Amino acid sequence: MSKPKRLAIIASKGTLDWAYPPFILASTAAAMDMEVAIFFTFYGLPLLNKKIEAKVAPQTNPAMPMKMPFGSENFQNMEWPIPNILANNIPGYETMATAFMKKTFAKKGVATIEELREICVESGVRLIGCQMTMSVFGFKSDQFIEGVELGGAATFLEFAADADISLFI
Amino acid sequence: MNTYAFDQELDCTGLNCPLPILKTKKQIDTMESGQILKIVATDMGSLSDMKAWSKRTQNELVSHNEDAGTFTFFIRKN
Repeated sequence: MSKPKRLAIIASKGTLDWAYPPFILASTAAAMDMEVAIFFTFYGLPLLNKKIEAKVAPQTNPAMPMKMPFGSENFQNMEWPIPNILANNIPGYETMATAFMKKTFAKKGVATIEELREICVESGVRLIGCQMTMSVFGFKSDQFIEGVELGGAATFLEFAADADISLFI
Repeated sequence: MNTYAFDQELDCTGLNCPLPILKTKKQIDTMESGQILKIVATDMGSLSDMKAWSKRTQNELVSHNEDAGTFTFFIRKN
C-alpha cells in the first residue's frame, strides 16, 4: 500500500465554535486512513483539558447567525440581529449563546467536542500541546487528557514537513 | 432501488457530519474483506461524503439511493 496521506493542523482558537473544525477534520481524516497531528497552541491549548469549558463569543464573530434552539421551525429559522454594542453589555450573553449553540448542535445530530476528541484519540491522531504556551499561561500537563504529547514548533514542523495538507485554524 | 444482501447494518439517521463517516469507518473496520455494509443516513451531505470516503479508503460504494431525505448506501469492504 502506498504511503498514507498526512494532515497537519494548528489549533489556535479556543472558543466553542472554533473548537469544532480541528476535531472534525482530524477525526474524518483518520477515518480516511490519513496520518494526523494537531498542534494546540495559544488559545487552542485549553481544548486538551480534561474538561472542555469552551464558550462561544458572538461579539468576536459579528456575522454569526443568532437563532433560537426552541419553538416552531419558523421561529427557529428566524435570525435575531443583536448589535455588538448590545451583546457586549448584556451580562451572561456568552453563556446564553453557548447554551443555545450546544442545544442547536445536539438537536441537529452534531457530535460534542468531547466525543470528536475521543474519536481522535481512539483513531491515533497525535495531539501535541505547545510547551511554550503552557509555560506562559501556567498550564500543567496533568490537567490534560491522557495521550497528549508536549512539544514546540519544531515538533510540529517535523511532522508537518511531510504533510499533504496543512491547516492553521 | 437496488437492494443487496448485506452482512451488517448501520443506522445513522439524525446524525450530522462527520458522524456518519466516523461510524461507517468504525463499523467497516470490524468486518471482513468482501462483506457488505448497509448504511442509512439523513445527513444531506452524506452522499458526497460517502463517495469521497469510499474513494479515499478504496472501499466500494456499490449502490446508493435517496428517498425523501433518507439515503441508503451499500459499501463493500476492500
